Amino acid sequence: MTLNGSIQILIYLVVLVLAAKPLGKFMARVFQRERTFLDPVLGPVERFIYRMSGINPAEEMDWKANAIAMLLFNFVGLIVVYALQRLQQILPLNPQGLGAITPDSSFNTAVSFASNTNWQGYGGETTMSYLTQMLGLTVQNFVSAASGMAVLALFIRGIARHSAKTLGNFWVDMTRSTLYILLPLSIVLALVLVSQGVVQTFSPYVSVPLLEQTTDANGAKITEQVIAVGPAASQIAIKQLGTNGGGFFNVNSAHPLENPTPLSNFLEMFSILLIAAALCYTFGSMVGDTRQGWALLAAMMVILVAFVWVTYQAESTGNPRLASLGADQHSTSVNPGGNMEGKEVRFGVPNSALWGIVTTAASNGSVNSMHDSFTPIGGLGTLVMMQLGEVVFGGVGSGLYGMLVFVIVAVFVAGLLVGRTPEYLGHKIEAYEMKMASLLILIMPLTVLGLTALGVVMDAGKAAIYNPGAHGFSEVLYAFTSQGNNNGSAFGGLGANTPFYNLTGGIAMLISRYWLAVPTLALAGSLVKKKLIPTSEGTLPTHTPLFIFWLIAVVLIVGALNFLPALALGPIVEHFMMVQ
Amino acid sequence: MVTGTEKHMVTSTSEQLKNKPIALTGEMFRRALTDSFVKLNPRLMVRNPVMFVVEVGSILTTALWIQALSGAGEAPAWYIGGVSLWLWFTVLFANFSEALAEGRGKAQADALRRARKDITAKKLSTPRHGSAFEVVASSALRKGDVFLVDAGDTIAADGEVMEGVASVDESAITGESAPVIRESGGDRSAVTGGTKVLSDWLVIRLTAEPGGGFLDRMIKLIEGAKRQKTPNEIALNILLAAFTIIFLVVCVTLLPFSIFSVAAAGQGTPITVTVLVALLVCLIPTTIGGLLSAIGIAGMDRMIRHNVIATSGRAIEAAGDVDVLLLDKTGTITLGNRMATEFTPAPGIASERLADAAQLASLADETPEGRSIVVLAKEKYGLRGREVHEIAAHFVPFSAQTRMSGVDIQGDGSMSKRIIRKGAADSIKTYIEQQGGVFPAAIQQAVQEIGRVGATPLVVSENKEVLGVIHLKDIVKGGIKERFAHLRRMGIKTVMITGDNKLTATAIAAEAGVDDFLAEAKPEDKLKLIRDYQKGGRLVAMTGDGTNDAPALAQADVAVAMNTGTQSAREAANMIDLDSNPTKLMEIVEIGKQLLMTRGTLTTFSIANDVAKYFAIIPAAFATTYPALNALNVMKLATPESAILSAVIFNALIIVALIPLALKGVKYRPVSAVQLLRRHLLIYGVGGLIAPFIGIKLVDLFLVAFGWT
Repeated sequence: MTLNGSIQILIYLVVLVLAAKPLGKFMARVFQRERTFLDPVLGPVERFIYRMSGINPAEEMDWKANAIAMLLFNFVGLIVVYALQRLQQILPLNPQGLGAITPDSSFNTAVSFASNTNWQGYGGETTMSYLTQMLGLTVQNFVSAASGMAVLALFIRGIARHSAKTLGNFWVDMTRSTLYILLPLSIVLALVLVSQGVVQTFSPYVSVPLLEQTTDANGAKITEQVIAVGPAASQIAIKQLGTNGGGFFNVNSAHPLENPTPLSNFLEMFSILLIAAALCYTFGSMVGDTRQGWALLAAMMVILVAFVWVTYQAESTGNPRLASLGADQHSTSVNPGGNMEGKEVRFGVPNSALWGIVTTAASNGSVNSMHDSFTPIGGLGTLVMMQLGEVVFGGVGSGLYGMLVFVIVAVFVAGLLVGRTPEYLGHKIEAYEMKMASLLILIMPLTVLGLTALGVVMDAGKAAIYNPGAHGFSEVLYAFTSQGNNNGSAFGGLGANTPFYNLTGGIAMLISRYWLAVPTLALAGSLVKKKLIPTSEGTLPTHTPLFIFWLIAVVLIVGALNFLPALALGPIVEHFMMVQ
Repeated sequence: MVTGTEKHMVTSTSEQLKNKPIALTGEMFRRALTDSFVKLNPRLMVRNPVMFVVEVGSILTTALWIQALSGAGEAPAWYIGGVSLWLWFTVLFANFSEALAEGRGKAQADALRRARKDITAKKLSTPRHGSAFEVVASSALRKGDVFLVDAGDTIAADGEVMEGVASVDESAITGESAPVIRESGGDRSAVTGGTKVLSDWLVIRLTAEPGGGFLDRMIKLIEGAKRQKTPNEIALNILLAAFTIIFLVVCVTLLPFSIFSVAAAGQGTPITVTVLVALLVCLIPTTIGGLLSAIGIAGMDRMIRHNVIATSGRAIEAAGDVDVLLLDKTGTITLGNRMATEFTPAPGIASERLADAAQLASLADETPEGRSIVVLAKEKYGLRGREVHEIAAHFVPFSAQTRMSGVDIQGDGSMSKRIIRKGAADSIKTYIEQQGGVFPAAIQQAVQEIGRVGATPLVVSENKEVLGVIHLKDIVKGGIKERFAHLRRMGIKTVMITGDNKLTATAIAAEAGVDDFLAEAKPEDKLKLIRDYQKGGRLVAMTGDGTNDAPALAQADVAVAMNTGTQSAREAANMIDLDSNPTKLMEIVEIGKQLLMTRGTLTTFSIANDVAKYFAIIPAAFATTYPALNALNVMKLATPESAILSAVIFNALIIVALIPLALKGVKYRPVSAVQLLRRHLLIYGVGGLIAPFIGIKLVDLFLVAFGWT
């Protein structure tokens, strides 16, 4: 670890916290349908959309109607993305003449982008036409993120309202999230990224003569290189902001045309957590007590910082086995030091470790280095961040509502500890809430562990594993952890574009997105009906350091207890074998 | 129906219970031991999903043990047998805790049954005053029987006055300290059991069948402690079931993971089913799962030991959440009776003369107020209470018509006849003015002044002259202010309910330190107040005993009826206080909180324990595949077998170790929620993390010492 590296990480965290309030305030206004400075421009567009699609923006819906709207909308999106992939060879904007994608890969990708996971079994530049990328994937990047934000807005209203029936209108929340939040931010970010050298073009791939000519395996001379280009910047902006993570190019933000400079790296990394962090403030603002929002952000921050520290520490220490071979892993002015395998030299250890944790904390999944090549402890960090249920920041919207479920469990046990029927922000937490909260906590480990077990016993699963030993186990565990938490990052080392992984992964992504969103809305539907319980001396405050500590403990313990045995057989044993 | 006889009996029983709390006896332990085995019946076990899983695991490992005995086992027979044995112990310990908690309730019920004999009533042979009576046990009384009640007797049962007029102290029911007249005929003929005849006598016909109701219902309640689950318990059970399912999947998937790892590492054997079952049982929250029902039953039991019978566990739980306490002024905040505290003479009258007259007028007045006047005169002016027969006096008892009482003293040579009266200001005024006397303005003023400070004025007159005013003051109970402050810290608001006027109520409210009050309260006002609070999301508790309290009791979330109260009050309430002590409500709240806290602390402890168990079991389970994992064996447990056995044994023993806590409950402290959370997280959260590391290590050392590894 170097001072320089630590300062870079610190700056990142400070800027993130500073940005949370202004954006959070703005988003609260958007969700509460108050006037914003964008109204003169976007107001007419918004009204036009409602008129065209026959939506009555004044209509309030209960949780069931909202859930149906959300499922319907996502289902249609999924079908469109599937059809675009299957038919891209006969559709325009395909200068490379790329053929139709296989049914299983199309299914996996369609689910992946609709569910805000952006797991990519394919390599973008060699599979997807520009039309598929733009109309299918980029559009889903927007609406899947907006979908998550809309569910969150509905959920927050469930907490903010009392003795009510309706949560709001999914269609309106989705439209406004896209129009007022995601679109403007993406435009700004895309332009800045272009200024840094990220490509944005409809031209076909470029061929350039090689400066150093080389020969291929057969001895034939290679004199030129094809450089993949395309409308990348517009997709990258939203892939970061909307916690999507699906790269335009196969190596994602490690690619020089996707993430060329340290500044573009900072901005892309900043965009990963920006909205998720700001939504905490939005939450506090909407429930009328911003301290509640800060408390959640604090809890997330503490966990994030702890894991960034562990991973940075592990990555900068490097591999002791290499040290015994005489490799110099110390950081100097000419040597980045630490474990540089799979990392870009223009980012170095600190920015790779930070990105690794940030992208897995948020359910983003874009990468600027290869997690497969992290040290075992570094890889453990990324795994655990996802296995906590993507509630430490998590996906835009989905992360916060996931965290609020943990809050409800924490409040429940804390309420018992102080001898009072638990309540959160004036809502009594009773059997129905616990039923939904338990379900929400239960589904993820069941999916991830169950499918991983399937992967390591079935031949189709084992055949795709590239690495031997415990590392191979980590690769399968990572794949299902990532998809089962809608993260979408890949560990690598797993040939996952096979019917087996495409199918099982697709199921994992469907479950983790929609089987969680529906009980979440049901929970909101139950909370919204409750009478307001006024606070008194006996009420347990949920914004104090003590409660934040308790919430962190609940998140960590529930996450750790579920996955410790599996982790022991993967990164943990790998670590001990490496150091012994 | 309920009879006063029974109530009396219950009161004496409750005293008996209070003096001799039911201790755990050898007999109770033996009974609990047998019950632990009876409860192994899977149909009973399935009610508790956590322990049901343990039982299934026990059966599975027993089968594996039998297989191992035949020489084809997955591990040595002694080892599988050891694990299996301790899994059975785990189930039995949990059953034992439940049986033990139930046993206490059963013993209580038995004590109540035994007490159901020794009460008497004066049963008349013919329904006439003066006819012969025999003293009979209450149980011998039947509906329609007629009995006699003399001055000083407690009315044995609800009934109707057939003959006689008497003043009856009904303060126990109505909260009003002034005695009321009960007479035959008309609408003042109903008497309530538990009230006391102060003067004269009554002949009463029983209108209720004794022995058929109240006590039996109570016994049923205590024994029925097997009860339904309370809402909060259901919520907790859901959470525990979720944990159980998660850990079930964690353990089941560990088998394929292990098989894969063996292939990947190229060494070792896959995890055995025995170890998987052991891991599962250690991980699922068996500590809280095993003790959960015992905690609930013990909560009921604690209520009973405070002489409170709750009609449901739900009510006890709700008590912990109460935000507003409605308290009747009389008997709860103030002593049941007013006390004379001062004499204010009329202009031109010596204080001694007033005191003397007041004392004379009160000599025959057996009410507490009357007695307090005699005492005050004696203390302040050295006037000895004269014997009634020493002076030629005719006492005039309080009557509802005149609203005065007093004494007529025959004049002898030196003195003229004295007619002394005392009573409410307006009655005396009317009386004096009728005789052509003058009611002095100064007295009128003094009367108002006294009312303003929350006291009751009693005007004394002699012949046509007003002598002065006696202050009858409500005496606020000692320590009550502190208790209210304590409640405030718990987040509970206290509201005083009184029939007094606003002025009086304000003064007493300030003195007692209640948060709010409702003056000139009529029963419907009370009901409205409760509804208003409930509309605001508050949970309201109240005590009551009168028939007119019944609607309010039915509306309140926690309603405690005094045992001496009327039948309708008791039916409307969800708890009955055998001691008829209105301040009991505060203890009830604490017991409710204790119940929740005990569940919360043991849940936290149980889950926190899992961390250490992982450290014990994971290195052991994969010892042959990945010896490197032994780095996680921070407790340095001797062998893989001893590690797993130690974890299982610790897991079983911790249930036994925590039975006393489950039965006694976590002590409640009147501190803020944050302080309480910090304290409990430290003890049961952090403690729960650390304790098993030590415990498992100790068990391992023990196993090594005996060579069982």
